Amino acid sequence: MSDLDKFLEKIKNNVKIEPKDWMPDGYRKHLQRQMSQHAHSEIIGMQPEGNWITRAPSLRAKVILLAKIQDEAGHGQYLYSAAETLGKSRDEYIHELQTRKAKYSSIFNYPTLTWADMGAVGWLVDGAAIVNQVSLQKTSYGPYSRAMVRICKEESFHQRQGYEIMSQMAFGTAEQKEMAQDALNRFWWPSIMMFGPHDADSARSGDAMKWGIKVESNDELRQRFIDKTVQQAEIIGLTIPDPDLKWNEEKGSYDFGKMDWDEFWQVVKGNGPCNDQRINHHIKAHEEGTWVREAAIAYAKKNN
Amino acid sequence: MDNQGDIWEVFIQSKPGLAHKHVGSVHAMGKEMALQNARDMYTRRQEGTCIWVAKHEDIVASVPEEDGSFFEPSNDKIYRHATHYVMPEGAKNI
Repeated sequence: MSDLDKFLEKIKNNVKIEPKDWMPDGYRKHLQRQMSQHAHSEIIGMQPEGNWITRAPSLRAKVILLAKIQDEAGHGQYLYSAAETLGKSRDEYIHELQTRKAKYSSIFNYPTLTWADMGAVGWLVDGAAIVNQVSLQKTSYGPYSRAMVRICKEESFHQRQGYEIMSQMAFGTAEQKEMAQDALNRFWWPSIMMFGPHDADSARSGDAMKWGIKVESNDELRQRFIDKTVQQAEIIGLTIPDPDLKWNEEKGSYDFGKMDWDEFWQVVKGNGPCNDQRINHHIKAHEEGTWVREAAIAYAKKNN
Repeated sequence: MDNQGDIWEVFIQSKPGLAHKHVGSVHAMGKEMALQNARDMYTRRQEGTCIWVAKHEDIVASVPEEDGSFFEPSNDKIYRHATHYVMPEGAKNI
């Protein structure tokens, strides 16, 4: 049996691929790209929420938000650590992010304008991420799968804290409810586009499914998220900004309107409202940490 | 590119009495920092009672697939399992 046959046999039998196993070059490259993109999303995703730490409306809200952002830092680290097992260094991954060769989830290129956005981000953005990550627990690459299991376990509170904020505001004053609705209006479409292009237009999906990196398609995951979320909006009296959203009795799920893929690709290409701000901030923070790394190396040398 | 230190593999014991289990890795410039980073990264919810860290480069690993012969000696020694022995009918608690 050739190396490739053995590899495909493992995928077929749901045997995880481990770092030292033989794997096709395309598999390794696909995972390096996907896992680092996932890691970068966790790290860049701290910025829109970090924006509200100093202005959280209560001490309780503040400590929760801090804990959530700290988790995201941790999740980024888990993913970088798993991605490094593919034979590429942390430095290379970070360099690709900072030079914009690597992407991160486009949703983080939108600004967080009001406190209600902290609700929308937790409820919708983390909600969509969880649907994706629960599915990825079954991915064929061992370190990625284990990182997903750990992340899903920790993330259960993230979506709930967001939904709690949304419901508090939706049941608050008229002004607060308006803020909540406005946040939903702005985050709904980018959230459902987080799952990526339609299956028919997704260039890399074929390989990813064939190799067991992805076990469910973009459209299947998007549908699951929408079906879960509509009722949650209804019971707090908010309206999903999609006039075409309608229960389809026959297929047992919601029909929904057309997504604006032109906007999506514009943001991916770097023309979203906050792309420059996010990357520049990352570079600044990284450069400002140089002296810490240098001092730590000097200290370690002195003590060895 | 800059120096972010060595990779250290992290093992956590979740309860006294249980084996330490590999959870992932951290970057650090020395033993103490590795331990502190591992604590911050992998035990934010009191996941453990003890942490081990070991430099990645110091870990020696067998290669599961390419080295089938490595574990072969145990393949044909089924007499090492209790299920190999036939017990007389009616024998209990054995």
